[in-house]
Amino acid sequence: MLLTAEETARAARFFTDGITCLATRPVRLMEVCGTHTVAIFRAGIRQLLPAAVELVSGPGCPVCVTPNEYLDTAIAYSRRPGTIITTFGDMLRVPGSESSLMAEKACGADIRIVYSALDSLAIARDNPGQAVIFLAVGFETTAPTAAATILQADKQGLTNFFVLSAHKLVPPALKAILATPATKVDGFLLPGHTAAISGLEPYRFVAGQFGVPAVVTGFEALDILQGIYMLLQQLQQGQAELQNQYRRVVKTEGNPAARDILDQVYQPAGTGWRGFGEIAGSGLELTAAFRRFDAQAALPLTVAGSREPAGCRCGEVLRGLITPPACPCFGRHCTPEQPVGACMVSVEGACAAWYKYGQGRWSCE
Amino acid sequence: MCLAVPAKIIERTEYMATVEISGVTRQVSIMLLPEAAVGDYVLVHAGFAIQAIDEEEARRTLALFKELDQYAADS
Repeated sequence: MLLTAEETARAARFFTDGITCLATRPVRLMEVCGTHTVAIFRAGIRQLLPAAVELVSGPGCPVCVTPNEYLDTAIAYSRRPGTIITTFGDMLRVPGSESSLMAEKACGADIRIVYSALDSLAIARDNPGQAVIFLAVGFETTAPTAAATILQADKQGLTNFFVLSAHKLVPPALKAILATPATKVDGFLLPGHTAAISGLEPYRFVAGQFGVPAVVTGFEALDILQGIYMLLQQLQQGQAELQNQYRRVVKTEGNPAARDILDQVYQPAGTGWRGFGEIAGSGLELTAAFRRFDAQAALPLTVAGSREPAGCRCGEVLRGLITPPACPCFGRHCTPEQPVGACMVSVEGACAAWYKYGQGRWSCE
Repeated sequence: MCLAVPAKIIERTEYMATVEISGVTRQVSIMLLPEAAVGDYVLVHAGFAIQAIDEEEARRTLALFKELDQYAADS
């Protein structure tokens, strides 16, 4: 941020002093994005806030909200002869119903970690006799990168590249949360990097339809403190608006070129979320013109018997109903070394962040 | 998974750009940001430039934080 540590500390004090003055009643704010969750813990923001301000994590970790049915399907494909799975690294350790991609890799499955979806195309070109299936997981920020990759695969005439899509859209999940009165969210820190693609319009309903203040927020510690400060200012003044704290990156119109590519390749469809079940219009499926790249259409495979892990309360964590320490598994038989649920596995998972940065303080709650 | 890092474009072709991230150079796709130009700061996510960083707004944010810094120092 080009501020010295001392300047940053002083600016942080301005926001925390302001937040303390404005926190005249208990408020519950949801940071929707998993990247926010980690940034909040890493910067120690919870410890800077007055007790009246509670931060709760939302459904913004794409790995966490991907249900076991998807993982089981990916695992089944990894066992399919002549198949190479390409995936972002954070999917590897997530337990499915009976196995994980990591366990399958250890048993000899050809599973390769990629930095970018585009890396899968080189693998497909180098292995013409094999089917290369990219595990397309992520929200609005990531989905256009998969869409652009599919356009490239089409242009290159690749016939052995496929995607197993679990892309999801954030606004329908927020709607599901707002329709659940038990969640009691007074304000939202909205994900800056999904809004960088989608623009502000898809998020206006939060304030417009539900009367809940919302601030699109960046990922530096000072961005997050300012976002919380802006939410409390709105709450104190009885306002409910969509505000943009992250103007240096998020433009009102988002990224139209990325959305055009996304719309060419994908169309909205219903999809399942861990903890929520099916949410209408919250997923992305390939359009007819690109359906030949859909692994499930091109290489049909049936998976039955998916189930969520016993006792795991990731679903309630993802809906903001509980914080991780309220789960009986948390820190006992669910740890980053031996995770039971997805929220403990993903680096952006709320349980992993509570465990890693809570330094045991959660055990006193 | 929505983590993105700022980078500076130092070279570009039709679909790809060489960017510098903290002194390290790497290739990223600019399919999602076709108007990106050499010298621009962009946000890179999963091997793609996904948005340009508005330098004027970035300066304003920095100026605001410095202003608040002054306020806190005076108080």
